[in-house]
Amino acid sequence: MRETTITTSRPEPRSLLRFAAPQMFYPLAGRLAPWFATVALVLTLAGLWLAFFVAPTDAQQGEVYRVIFIHVPAAWMSMFIYLVMAFWSAVGLVMNTRLSFLMSRALAPTGAMFCFVALWTGALWGKPTWGAYWVWDARLTSQLLLLFLYLGFMALTTAIEDPRRSDRAGAIIALVGAVNVPIIYFSVKWWNTLHQGASVSLTEAPSMAATMLAGMLVMALAAWAYSIAVALWRVRALILERERHTEWVGAELTAQEGKL
Amino acid sequence: MQWESWNAFWEMGGAGPFVWGSYAVTAVLVTMELVMVLRGRSETVRRLLRLRRVTAGQESGRRSRDRA
Repeated sequence: MRETTITTSRPEPRSLLRFAAPQMFYPLAGRLAPWFATVALVLTLAGLWLAFFVAPTDAQQGEVYRVIFIHVPAAWMSMFIYLVMAFWSAVGLVMNTRLSFLMSRALAPTGAMFCFVALWTGALWGKPTWGAYWVWDARLTSQLLLLFLYLGFMALTTAIEDPRRSDRAGAIIALVGAVNVPIIYFSVKWWNTLHQGASVSLTEAPSMAATMLAGMLVMALAAWAYSIAVALWRVRALILERERHTEWVGAELTAQEGKL
Repeated sequence: MQWESWNAFWEMGGAGPFVWGSYAVTAVLVTMELVMVLRGRSETVRRLLRLRRVTAGQESGRRSRDRA
């Protein structure tokens, strides 16, 4: 069966669930994305200012620790986005909602980007502090596996042409791969790793100066806002592609024709 | 203010290449992703418009053949 899904029934117009319909979500995403992008820009500027001009020199590591302001938010984001993808995949499989699969597809490239950034900045931080760009310890290896899971998800969903099969195959990778996320997070506790333990946890006081922590959290919030903005923009293109046989996309395309 | 001069800022206590290598690559990747995403949508619109013109052409061709 190929691309025969055309919206026939729509949820109650007043319910928030109406945004589960691609046709309703498309304009909403278009309105929201610029706001998240603006928030991301402001937070990034504030975070960089804290990172370079407010946070003090680290007593042990000197200045090289300033990599932390990208490294930790990127690593958090790479794990979190994968969990969100797994969540939308589960929703899609259970409720059979087309938009959920498109959401996890829209998030994957951003998650992969943050995953690569975490590995890259980690390598550049590892060299001066550990003496090696790379070691095969549990934290680094499981994070590398996460990058391969992202790339596998993207390769598989683009390779399968039939949208339903492609959605389902991607959802299975997302759900099975999600097991790796707690392994990454707890790897520094479960195994004897070269990578240091968490500096920030929910149960203990953070082991870093307040301004360092503030810079890191602001950068993490910036990464959140950025990811939301980019995913919303990306999902709009995916919706158009997937719904191209519907009347509303036809009307939207005609409306866009003059603007190009 | 942490820095005695701009030179000291760029040197990062000798860790300059590691710190700036991290920030520069991240900035490049984020910029690339933004460009790709924003361009991607207008490319999709253009491609779908082309596709629609092609299929519309085929439909009208078929209809005129049927009439003949």
